[in-house]
Amino acid sequence: MSDLRDWTIASAADALVKGDVSSVELTDAFITAMEAGRTLNAFITETPEIARDRATKSDARRKAGEARGPMDGVPIGMKDLFCTEGTRTTAGSHILENFVPAYESTVSGNLRDAGAVMLGKTNLDEFAMGSANITSYFGSVKNPWTPKGANANLVPGGSSGGSVAAISGGLVIAATGTDTGGSIRQPASFTGLVGMKPTYGRCSRWGVVAFASSLDQPGPLTRTVEDAAIMLQAMAGHDPKDSTSLPMALPDFRAACTRDAKGLRVGIPKEYTLDGMPADIQKLWDQGAQWFRDMGAEIVEVSLPHTKYALPTYYIVAPAEASSNLARYDGVRYGLRVPGSSLDEMYELTRGEGFGTEVQRRVLIGTYVLSAGYYDAYYVKAQQVRTLIAEDFRKVFADVDVLLTPTAPSAAFAEGEKMDDPIAMYLNDVFTVPASLAGLPAISVPGGLDANGLPLGLQLIAGVCQEETLFRAASALEAAAGFTARPGPVAGTAL
Amino acid sequence: MSLSTDDVRKIAFLARIRVPEERLEPLAGELNNIVGWVEQLAEVDTTGVQPMTSVVETVTPMRADVVNDGAISDRVLANAPDGEGAFYAVPKVVE
Repeated sequence: MSDLRDWTIASAADALVKGDVSSVELTDAFITAMEAGRTLNAFITETPEIARDRATKSDARRKAGEARGPMDGVPIGMKDLFCTEGTRTTAGSHILENFVPAYESTVSGNLRDAGAVMLGKTNLDEFAMGSANITSYFGSVKNPWTPKGANANLVPGGSSGGSVAAISGGLVIAATGTDTGGSIRQPASFTGLVGMKPTYGRCSRWGVVAFASSLDQPGPLTRTVEDAAIMLQAMAGHDPKDSTSLPMALPDFRAACTRDAKGLRVGIPKEYTLDGMPADIQKLWDQGAQWFRDMGAEIVEVSLPHTKYALPTYYIVAPAEASSNLARYDGVRYGLRVPGSSLDEMYELTRGEGFGTEVQRRVLIGTYVLSAGYYDAYYVKAQQVRTLIAEDFRKVFADVDVLLTPTAPSAAFAEGEKMDDPIAMYLNDVFTVPASLAGLPAISVPGGLDANGLPLGLQLIAGVCQEETLFRAASALEAAAGFTARPGPVAGTAL
Repeated sequence: MSLSTDDVRKIAFLARIRVPEERLEPLAGELNNIVGWVEQLAEVDTTGVQPMTSVVETVTPMRADVVNDGAISDRVLANAPDGEGAFYAVPKVVE
């Protein structure tokens, strides 16, 4: 166990089966790393007691011949957007600072039942609204990667910034994320990890603190594509408690990772070429296409004509849904209350103090676009354009199996950049938002390093419920890219 | 369409968010930038296009109409900032 970052879910599962390591040993090593790695601010709440308890039970199950599969005994991080029974769940917000759920989200419960060992609740942008993990009430998260020859603190991306910092820094083996417009894929790209957003409805949203309900989707953040498949298998499945959860049996995701790319038709959407995109990103994208050609896949140029409207559509739909969802924080039933002389004043003071700047901005935008007289012009119009965007994808997937694009228009940037211009920050999600609007499965796979030595991801998008094709293409891309770079060790953690 | 500080004050009240008076004007600027940017959707021809109502087309399954939860008021109230017995407590509503 020299470098904890050598562990994957698959290798840990193997070692546990062979008895080379126990879950308690593994868990203790990661607890030590988690505590030593606090400089990253990756966790809002550490849960070492829960972790040791679950690890002990996992070892006992294994001894009794009742091990539950590849997640059993594996230490993971849980994004602090998943409600965990008896463990504080904050959504990165002051308004939920002291909220202790009386129930377990379906996804975290599925992972618990699969034997996964929760080390703690990972930091995130407040209510998952952000692309840099700088809006958390509990402070910003530090990216373990640093640019070559410079000493800048980089953001880990967002909103699942704590999850990726924890994996990348060697504090956990894998972690959960949630993706509304790119919150799994973009941070994975910024930290050289794999981040997968399943088809909308594959994973239950029950017990996940809601941001934009028609877009929110949990998914895995891992070191490898195979790990993403293993972890998704444990997270996903129909849940009667979420009426939008897909009532379908799950395919064997891991098996799909063993198939090669020969004969795949890979589409390159021409509208994803942006003016002013860094040359390194264009180069990696071209290289990705070449890798697929070399593996016997066919590269096809395709067109998604409404791509440029995806981001403005998203910034109507998501804030509108957020303003409705966040109406529940009223200072009455749970969360922060700031006293006022009337009920209205109590609401206003509670929400004025409890929500941070970006959350307030989005709730106000959402309130405006849903208000009387503007609903048709903004919200209905956006949902019409959304239909056109989904239609673009549907047509393209009649012809190709997957689409290949960059994940993000830049590598990780320094803390403080893009902070005074919300729209510049929103542009981070320009390549990830379209698939979100159409509910499609998509994955970011680390492709290479830019000139500053920072990781860049490539995104693959597949049709509705075509996760097997996605994992197949992603495994092939991962093998071709052969990405093995790592950031320097996190100060304080022993390697 | 441009938002005035009065519009922002009204929206903030609709959203029940207290915005300090001195923040209204800068906030109007920020919101106008965002609203101005999303208004580019106006150039898309959406004549006859159905607004999206369901992201992934699927049949919504029915479940049995049975009581499967309840009688846990202590747990429901466990996070309440203020309560009285099995009730939430709020400031006086009726004058």
